[in-house]
Amino acid sequence: MAEKKNRKKRPTGRDRVIFDVLSHVILLVLSALCLLPFLLVLSGSFSRQEDILTQGYRLIPVHVSLDAYKMLFRIPQELINAYGVTIFVTVTGTVFGLWFTSMAAYVISSRDFRYRYQVSFFFYFTSIFGGGLVPWYIFNTKYLRFHNNLIALILPILVNVTYLLILKSYMMNLPDSLYESARLDGAGDFTIYWHIAMPLTKSGLATVGLFIALGYWNDWYNAMLYMDEGSRNLYPLQYFLNNILTKAQAMNAAAARSGIPASDVPGEPMKLAMTVVATGPIVLLYPFLQRYFVKGVTIGAVKG
Amino acid sequence: MDKKKHPFLYDLSHNRTKWLMLLPAAVVVILMCYIPMSGIVLAFKEYNYHDGIFGSPWVGLKNFRYFFQSGKAFTTTRNTILYNIAFLFMNTFLEIVCAILLSELAGKWFKRITQSVMFLPYFISWVVVGAFVYNLLNYEFGAVNTMLRQWNMEPVDVYSNKMLWPFILIAASAFKSVGYGTVMYLASIMNIDEQLFEAADLDGANMWQKIRYITLPCIRPTVVILFLLAIGTIMKGDFQMFWQVTGNNPMVLEVTDVIDTYVTRSLLNLQEFGMTSAAGLYQSVFSFILVLIANRIVKKAEPDYALF
Repeated sequence: MAEKKNRKKRPTGRDRVIFDVLSHVILLVLSALCLLPFLLVLSGSFSRQEDILTQGYRLIPVHVSLDAYKMLFRIPQELINAYGVTIFVTVTGTVFGLWFTSMAAYVISSRDFRYRYQVSFFFYFTSIFGGGLVPWYIFNTKYLRFHNNLIALILPILVNVTYLLILKSYMMNLPDSLYESARLDGAGDFTIYWHIAMPLTKSGLATVGLFIALGYWNDWYNAMLYMDEGSRNLYPLQYFLNNILTKAQAMNAAAARSGIPASDVPGEPMKLAMTVVATGPIVLLYPFLQRYFVKGVTIGAVKG
Repeated sequence: MDKKKHPFLYDLSHNRTKWLMLLPAAVVVILMCYIPMSGIVLAFKEYNYHDGIFGSPWVGLKNFRYFFQSGKAFTTTRNTILYNIAFLFMNTFLEIVCAILLSELAGKWFKRITQSVMFLPYFISWVVVGAFVYNLLNYEFGAVNTMLRQWNMEPVDVYSNKMLWPFILIAASAFKSVGYGTVMYLASIMNIDEQLFEAADLDGANMWQKIRYITLPCIRPTVVILFLLAIGTIMKGDFQMFWQVTGNNPMVLEVTDVIDTYVTRSLLNLQEFGMTSAAGLYQSVFSFILVLIANRIVKKAEPDYALF
C-alpha cells in the first residue's frame, strides 16, 4: 500500500530542495523525541543508584552496571508469576476473543442472514452507550465474582465491537459464490466458517488477533479494579510494574521476603529495569508485526 | 414453524447454527454491557451492598445534586472537554504534517524507519508512559531537571506546578497517538489519484501548491469525518492516560481531573456508589446525544461514513 506511489520523475526545483531538507529535519526531530524516553529508561536501567541520585538521569550512564537486573532476578518468583499471568491471560483471551469475534463476524456478514442488521446494531449499540463504570463494577464484583479471579482480566476485553466490524468487512469481501458452492456440496454454516471463511481471512485474523493480544498484554486497569493486595500472585505484568513504580514499599517487601536487606534495593535503576523487562518483548517483536498493525489501522480508517 | 406468523422464531430454528455461532460473543456483550446498563437506576438510589442494586432505596435526584453542588461536575466536565479538544487539534495537525512529509519522501529506508519509530509508542502501555514521564520530569533526578542544573538553571518542581500539566498531557497524548494517526492519513494520501499530481507537474505547480490544492482537499473528507466522530467522544476522558501520566497526583487535580478519573477515584477510595453512578450516567447520556448529533452531520455530509 505505502509503496504504491512511486513518482518516476521527481522535479528538482528550489521548492523541492527546501521541502526535502525541511521534511528530513522535522521527521528526524519527531522520531528522536519519540525514541528519547525509551533510551533514557534503557540507560537508567544500566546505571548505578548512586550515580542517578547524585547526577540524575542521563542519556549515557556514568558507569555501566548490571546491578538493577541482577537485583530484579534475585526476586524472580513475583516477576515470573506476573509474566505467567500475562502470558496466560493474553493467550487465552486472544484465542477465545478471536474465535468468538470471528464466528459472530461470519454470521453478520452472511447476506442470507435475515437479522444481520439488527444483530449488528445489537453489538454496535454497546460502543455508543453504556451504563458507566459503577453499575458495571458492582455487577462484576457482586454477581460475577470478579474479585481476585483471573476471569476479571479476560472477560472485560474479550469481545471488542470495533474488531468485530473489521472482521465483518473482511468477510464481506469474500465472494458469495464460494459459500453457495460449498452449500451445494452440503456444507453447514460452521463448516463453511471453519473451512472457507477462516482460511481466506487469515491476514484479517492475524491483524485483529494482534490487536487483541496487545490489549491484553498492556492491560492493567482491570487488575487495578479487581485484584487486592492479598492476591499479588494474580497481578499481570503491567500492574506489577505499576505497583513497583508507585509503591517503593511493595518492592522493599518483595526484597525482604527474598532475604535481601532493604537498603540493598537499588530503587531507581530497578524501577527502570522492571520497565525494560515489561516492555522488552513488545519492542523486540514490533519490527516483525508492525505491518499487520498498519493494515489494521488502514482498514479502520476506510470504514470502521 | 409458520414462517409468516413468527418470522423470528422460524429463523431461530431454521438458522440455528448461525444463532449458535453468535451466542458466545452475544453472551459476553450481554454480561459486560447490557446487564450493567440496567444498573443506571443506581444513579437515583442510595446503594448498600446488602440490598444490591435493585433493592436499595430510591433517593430521587439527590446523587445528582451532590455531584453538581460539589463543584466537581463543572471542573471535571471542563477539563474533559478542553483536553479532548486540545488533543484533537494538536494530534490531527501533527498527523497530517507527518503524513504529508512521509508521503513526499524519496528515501525508502528513512521513511520506513521514521514511520516505525513514531508508531512505536502506540504499542506500550500507559504504565510505561507514566514511567517515562516520571523519568523525565521528577524533581530530584529527572532528565529535564538534570539538564537544567547542568546549565546552571533553576530546576522546576513539575509535580506541584499546575500551569505545566496541560502541556505535559498534550505532549503525552501526541507521543502515544500521532504515529497511529499518521498511518491512517498516509493511507488516505496514498489513495489520491496519481494523475492529479502529474497534471500539476505539467502545469508547473510547485510543492506548496500541490499540497495546498491537491493533497489537502483530497484528504479533507477523512479529516472532517474523524473530527466529527471525535466530537462523539469528547465527553470521555482517556482514563489510563490521565491516571498514569499525572501519577494520580493530588497537587494538580484541579487542572488534570477528568470525569473518568474522578469517578474511578471516588469509587475506589471512598466507595461512593450513588454520586459516582450519577456522574457516570450524566457522562453516558451526554456522550450519547453527542454521538447522535455527530452521526447526523456525517450522514448529511458523507453518507457512506455514517456510523449507523
